[in-house]
Amino acid sequence: MLSINNLHKQFGDLVVLNGIDLKVETGKVVVVIGPSGSGKTTLLRCLNVLETPNQGELQINNQTLDFSTKVTKKNIQSFRKQTGMVFQTYNLFPHKTAIENVMEGPVIVQNIKKQKAREKARQLLEKVGLGDKMDYYPFQLSGGQQQRVGIARALAMEPEVMLFDEPTSALDPELIGEVLQVMKELAEEGMTMVVVTHEMGFARDVADEVIFMEGGHIVEHGHPSEMFSHPSNERTKEFLNLLSE
Amino acid sequence: MARTIPLTLIAFSIGLVLAVVTALFRLSGIKLLEIIARIYVSIIRGTPLLVQLYIIFFGLVSIGIEVDPFPAAIVGFSLNTGAYASEIIRAAIQSIPKGQWEASYSISMNYGQALRRIIIPQATRVSIPPLSNSFISLVKDTSLASTIMVTEMFRKSQEIVATTYEPLLLYTEAALLYWTICFLLSLGQDAIEKHLNRYVQT
Repeated sequence: MLSINNLHKQFGDLVVLNGIDLKVETGKVVVVIGPSGSGKTTLLRCLNVLETPNQGELQINNQTLDFSTKVTKKNIQSFRKQTGMVFQTYNLFPHKTAIENVMEGPVIVQNIKKQKAREKARQLLEKVGLGDKMDYYPFQLSGGQQQRVGIARALAMEPEVMLFDEPTSALDPELIGEVLQVMKELAEEGMTMVVVTHEMGFARDVADEVIFMEGGHIVEHGHPSEMFSHPSNERTKEFLNLLSE
Repeated sequence: MARTIPLTLIAFSIGLVLAVVTALFRLSGIKLLEIIARIYVSIIRGTPLLVQLYIIFFGLVSIGIEVDPFPAAIVGFSLNTGAYASEIIRAAIQSIPKGQWEASYSISMNYGQALRRIIIPQATRVSIPPLSNSFISLVKDTSLASTIMVTEMFRKSQEIVATTYEPLLLYTEAALLYWTICFLLSLGQDAIEKHLNRYVQT
């Protein structure tokens, strides 16, 4: 289980997260929506500790990071091992082929033998539908293919929770489907996921819970069917109307 | 030739190591290391190479440090290359997008792993053209070692001229030899660039 308690983050004077509380049960998919600047990406980056929260507590299973005390690099690294991150702009390693991208973490961080890591990476790439592109460099792949390599790279570390930061926002419309399909399959396999996205169709079909964020707060949350048909909060209504226009 | 080439190769190798260390000091975010790197680069870039060589070879003797010509030249050229190349390497490291660091950290790499596996290999590609400039300059700058008694190519020419009185012929020959070395180096540069460009769209 992932739990977030009273998380605060500010950049200088700008408060981006103003007390976030959230629990995600193992195997559940939470979709985070909200206008730009609402703090949703920052929330996700805090879960991967790419941003260090100013206050609050993160917990995955029995590992806790309490940011009111001093958190060491070692603690951060060991916490991070439980999360996998998928970036909006993929951030693949351009000097490595698809399979080398996926092998990098297991070989360098987990000290797994190359041959074993290669085998595992091959399986993961096949799983995301790229069995025939393993030796391609990122620049030789489409955006959708690159993003699927990105997902495989994160999965290779066997995380407890997968974090997706607007994974389809940089993609051409015709490539979005293939990435969402892979994410849907992951969800069906029981992966715990936190997804920041504007893909309402995905939220409706896959999410167990939808979170609406604004101004660094969670304004409303609930099951997608309720949230999309009868949003209780005015701002949620406005936002959903804007999206459906 | 017998001195010019080893002088260049050794000084450039040591210089590169110095350059990487200096660049990492500059980027470390640790004030003291940053200041050390800045002072080093400032002194070396702010003073003539010829003066640096004179200080090392002729100057240090007066405080009891006697260095032979060849090692003195190595020290001088290494320090010089290290300072200039450190700026190239710093720029190359900074040119790698922040997302590459974040992706490295996201798969639980530490700073050293990210640097060694992800950042430096990409920075190398960016830095090959300017580093080749430094390398080629160094080949020619080694002629300054003649002034501190290193019998490298240029000094050898001077010695022969002193006996044969054919300056045009011999100095032209020296020039041609420098040019040949530099030409071969630029061929090497092309080959390395071609290899490192395999993963970018051209």
